[in-house]
Amino acid sequence: MTIALETRNLEKTFGGLRVTRDLSLKIEQGARHALIGPNGAGKTTVINQLTGVLKPNSGRILLEGQDITDLPVHKRVLRGLSRTFQINQLYPDLTPLETIGLAVSERLGHGGDWWRRMGTRNDVNDEIADLLTRFHLLDVMNEETVTLPYGKQRLLEIAVAIAAKPRVLLLDEPAAGVPESERHDILAVVGSLPRDVTVLLIEHDMDLVFSFADRISVLVSGALLTEGAPDQVARDPQVKAVYLGEEAVNV
Amino acid sequence: MNASSDVGYHAQRRARWHYGQAAFWLVVLACGFLFPTRYLIMTDILRLALFAMSLDLVLGYAGIVSLGHAAFFGVGAYAAGLLALHGIINEPVLALIAAGLAAMVLGFATSFLVIRGVDLTRLMVTLGIALLLEALAERFSNITGGTDGLQGIEMQPIFGEIPFDMFGKAGFFYSLAVLFALFLLARRIVHSPFGLSLRAIKNNPLRAAAIGIPVNRRLIAIYTLAAFYAGIAGALFTQTTAIASLDVFAFERSADLMLVLVIGGTGYLYGGLIGAVIFRMLQEVFSTITPQYWQFWIGLVLVVIVLVGRQRLHRWVLYVPNLIIKQVAGRKAVVAVPESDA
Repeated sequence: MTIALETRNLEKTFGGLRVTRDLSLKIEQGARHALIGPNGAGKTTVINQLTGVLKPNSGRILLEGQDITDLPVHKRVLRGLSRTFQINQLYPDLTPLETIGLAVSERLGHGGDWWRRMGTRNDVNDEIADLLTRFHLLDVMNEETVTLPYGKQRLLEIAVAIAAKPRVLLLDEPAAGVPESERHDILAVVGSLPRDVTVLLIEHDMDLVFSFADRISVLVSGALLTEGAPDQVARDPQVKAVYLGEEAVNV
Repeated sequence: MNASSDVGYHAQRRARWHYGQAAFWLVVLACGFLFPTRYLIMTDILRLALFAMSLDLVLGYAGIVSLGHAAFFGVGAYAAGLLALHGIINEPVLALIAAGLAAMVLGFATSFLVIRGVDLTRLMVTLGIALLLEALAERFSNITGGTDGLQGIEMQPIFGEIPFDMFGKAGFFYSLAVLFALFLLARRIVHSPFGLSLRAIKNNPLRAAAIGIPVNRRLIAIYTLAAFYAGIAGALFTQTTAIASLDVFAFERSADLMLVLVIGGTGYLYGGLIGAVIFRMLQEVFSTITPQYWQFWIGLVLVVIVLVGRQRLHRWVLYVPNLIIKQVAGRKAVVAVPESDA
């Protein structure tokens, strides 16, 4: 099995607080891997180190065997590592059309083009149209993002990450805050991601985790507690103890 | 229409010319023929408009605040003055470009300081750079003429054909041509993927990096370009007034520029142009009514603008004209309302 994304002995401290402790993860090519853990386990900190927003104190991060620990955020994206944010990180004044168009342009290397007008490249337009259709955003493509309903914004958040054509996609609580009526669209989109894209899902919602993931790592206080197949993790007494009183684990 | 061509059509929505925009430029051109006694003030407005457009590129599009934009204006002004005074480049258009490039070099060099840090840091750094240059210009008075400024600048004819006349007619149309050419370039740039990426960076730098935009490189590029624009504005100042003195670097110049953009609005390119016209006219009107206290009234106007909100004011002001335009040319042609639908 080839490893898509790997961390080796990752360590991160904030002041005296060790938020990532000697974390070694291996995520297989094409996996649906979930990273779970109680509040404050340091899941988002791990994501921020993987994407380059935070620098680990020590340890290495490898994307498809290549060391990316010292690369800045945008270069990791161009190498095929893309993410969504737990709290929407969008451009309030831009429309979905512009937001996705920009991501596609950057990936195809047209982002620095200062002469040719947006919308005059057919290959870019085709991809934008395809993404807008797939993510049910075609009817609102000219609305400013800030005016969109939350569910649509959430879809846009995922569409932007997909527009970068990632080989590894990090989903940080994709369904967080989405009202029940709009959840279905999000889950359908997440479920229909192409199999060759490796997905690391950070999630609180156990239903989503157990319906989606084929492998689960449990993070507690910044350290790896256990790892395994879903049914194995669900039976694990340690995991039950951690989640006791917080959320019952049902399969 | 299929989805893809639909996307292409809508992606170019902002980049299309509207009747209102064409009308705007025709009115500006017409002013050159309608008010032959007012060339000096009108040229002054054009320079200010170009200068404000420069700040709009960094502030309105990339979200970089600056209180020291006069640094580039000043370098352009002195460069143009020195080139003409020592007869290094006699042809004004070439000298203009050379002066712009000199400011551009400074812009590139200082951009590395400006892109670091947050708004407050940027305000202080830009302010500091302008003060520094002003002090340097004063210190090296053997080159700059110190507090007396550069004296005895004599401008050669444009393209060797069109001399600058004492009424300022040539200066006005020269400035207008430069402003329009640079406006077209800016327009091209802001509607490109590059321009869109600037707006993305302004909106959310974290996400911009997360879709693969090299944030710092883009900010350096636009800051450098804006310095070129400001340098050209400064050079126009020297060329059309035949003086360059220390006040080209003055803090008031940078601060006034901010006011111009507050009045006109940012992020749609016309803000600087409209703001420059209103700012100078307010200055004229208030200083005629109360020569001593005109600044009080300017201040009051600013407070009202900020409190009431520019968009609302624009809607009120443009209500009647748009009503007529809608009748004549249909809904799409309404005069630009800034920041949302321009």
